[in-house]
Amino acid sequence: MADMLKKVPVREQDPKVRATNFDEVCLGYNLEEAMDEATRCLNCKNAKCVQGCPVSIDIPAFIHEVKEGNIEEAYKVIGKSSALPAICGRVCPQESQCEGKCIRGIKGEPVSIGKLERFVADYALENDIKPVGAEKKNGHKVAVIGSGPSGLTCAGDLAKMGYDVTVFEALHELGGVLVYGIPEFRLPKQKVVAKEIEKVKELGVKFETNVVIGKSTTIDQLMEDEGFEAVFIGSGAGLPMFMGIPGENANEVFSANEYLTRSNLMKAFDDSYDTPIAAGKKVAVVGGGNVAMDAARTALRLGADVHIVYRRSEAELPARVEEVHHAKEEGVVFNLLTNPKKINVDENGNITSMTVVKMELGEPDASGRRRPIEIPGSEYDIEVDTVIMSLGTSPNPLISSTTKGLETNRRKCIVADEENGQTSKEGVFAGGDAVTGAATVILAMGAGKAGAKGIDEYLRSKEN
Amino acid sequence: MYKILKAKKLADKIFLMEVHAPRVASHCQPGQFVIVKMDEKGERIPLTICDYDREAGTITIVVQEVGASTTKMGALKEGDYFRDFTGPLGCASEFVSEDLETLKNKKMLFVAGGVGAAPVYPQVKWLHERGIDADVIVGAKTKDMLILEDEMKAVAGNYYPCTDDGTYGHAGMVTTMVEELVNEGKKYDVCVAIGPMIMMKFVCLLTKKLEIPTIVSMNPIMVDGTGMCGACRLQVGDEIKFACVDGPEFDGHLVDFDQAMKRSQMYKTQEGRAMLKLQEGDTHHGGCGHCGGDE
Repeated sequence: MADMLKKVPVREQDPKVRATNFDEVCLGYNLEEAMDEATRCLNCKNAKCVQGCPVSIDIPAFIHEVKEGNIEEAYKVIGKSSALPAICGRVCPQESQCEGKCIRGIKGEPVSIGKLERFVADYALENDIKPVGAEKKNGHKVAVIGSGPSGLTCAGDLAKMGYDVTVFEALHELGGVLVYGIPEFRLPKQKVVAKEIEKVKELGVKFETNVVIGKSTTIDQLMEDEGFEAVFIGSGAGLPMFMGIPGENANEVFSANEYLTRSNLMKAFDDSYDTPIAAGKKVAVVGGGNVAMDAARTALRLGADVHIVYRRSEAELPARVEEVHHAKEEGVVFNLLTNPKKINVDENGNITSMTVVKMELGEPDASGRRRPIEIPGSEYDIEVDTVIMSLGTSPNPLISSTTKGLETNRRKCIVADEENGQTSKEGVFAGGDAVTGAATVILAMGAGKAGAKGIDEYLRSKEN
Repeated sequence: MYKILKAKKLADKIFLMEVHAPRVASHCQPGQFVIVKMDEKGERIPLTICDYDREAGTITIVVQEVGASTTKMGALKEGDYFRDFTGPLGCASEFVSEDLETLKNKKMLFVAGGVGAAPVYPQVKWLHERGIDADVIVGAKTKDMLILEDEMKAVAGNYYPCTDDGTYGHAGMVTTMVEELVNEGKKYDVCVAIGPMIMMKFVCLLTKKLEIPTIVSMNPIMVDGTGMCGACRLQVGDEIKFACVDGPEFDGHLVDFDQAMKRSQMYKTQEGRAMLKLQEGDTHHGGCGHCGGDE
């Protein structure tokens, strides 16, 4: 019987071993562990966890099925709300969503909802349990731009409603940030992402890769020439930001996007692939978000000594606690309250060191976090040969600049209604990072769901 | 999958391929590029568009074998397929959106070095189809390395071939040809220079002196080609620009070529450089006369 105050521990690869490989860190529950953990759920009537879930999965109901050992039933419960449970079980910030709201969490640890979701989803992938699709097609064509979390969710939901959905992807692989951004050791590409996308295909969704909307064709042309009655834009975040400090165009300065894309999408860590990566021996990753942790842990696995350089303190790190914990366990060093000033280079443009300055925290700023202030005269050099900038992204203008009547805001993000994804252009809906700026997988999925609902309402209203 | 409808050797280690890619062909403009990925494990390689046929849905690319991936690509035959072929990427040449009447009053000079003749061709052709004849200088290391001569002659106003070794046309590098034409009294409102970075750098140094505004097409290291990774960033004046979404064409007088060249060397390790030298021998890009191979 489980200790009711504590989660059933989940098995992980040993930190020393995993720091040298790209295999998944977390090994997940087995059936016995999952059923054991499920007994901790209080099956609350007015379940707070469901309110904490951006796609409103009926969490008590699926956990009840797990407790009974009916894993296929549990999958069907989740499937009503989420098309990508194996992915969400791995990458959602459960501690601030479902698990953050769990009543068990008041006195002890919350129910391990994420790990249970992952167990159920993996079981479904391994046993090839089919998702439940539409009974019949309604013949209406909808285009979805981007095959990341928001696009896949929107496409899956629309297909379940009977729509004829085509997803357009700019890159050569499907999955968006799930394949280019999140590393293999957190989210296995073949075992999980590709299989979960396969389930979306089984719902009847069509996919076309290598189509850059705004270049290969435009939204206006999709609607006017190709007969799409509605479009969902889930094109993701976009252009990486840099600091604007001297030396930032040195050879070995990467954006986290580039470093991760080389390793994840192009599989530079695997010698049988052609794309190279200058992995570095002493790497500084600038930033403190989840992407920074991913880049740091990737560099570590490619054989480097890795330092996170972050201008605020540990309490302000935007990354998930679990990611910070994993990074520390694996040997990533945290230089907190430290900010880069200058990257020093030799005559060939290669990095020799980075000059940083110590910071202290002042009064809270607009974000509510205490503002970091430089301590004068505290500059010093750290010896590095590679710097990875992980400072977030700004929206890609490819779509907004080529679509007539599509409104963007001051930050150049597409303006869309939170409830239904409606943009300023009729028939065009949007969601995910293209609307919010860089956020999480599950928030993008929530926006994809809202967009699907909005598109369904819009097309129904047009029929009447 | 994207079928190769035609594959032809233009010169040693330089190949032309016609690829069926209807979405690209229906939207591309002079100045844009594509990203090609040969097979599952291949790199994403940016290549400029050399020609396009909207009706047939085809794109013509020119590939020079410079590394492992392009050497593999050179072995592809008619009837083979590329796994991935994306585009058109980047912005069209600025003149495409210029007022045609204004454009007709401009005297344009194109300067191509080596395989730079490939991206120059569709620009000159576009102008020719609109009744504008531009002067074109094409440089190569030697006569056998000069590509697309017949095609270029057919669309250029005046065509000036140059070879470094004097085996054909003007003997010497393209910059001396530019100087010669200007000395003869020719006046140019705009120069477009496309070729190896070192050649573009020297053309820009000259045209700056001659006060001829100059556009260059940059070919830095790229990964995704859609603005996502920033590998292709360049210093242009006091701004950082991404070649893939802001370019690939920029004001050549503002581009920091020295920095761009250093960044281009990134993945050329000692060993890799040795291999390149071995493979390329003296057939390197050529046409510039300044670079002395790939060193």
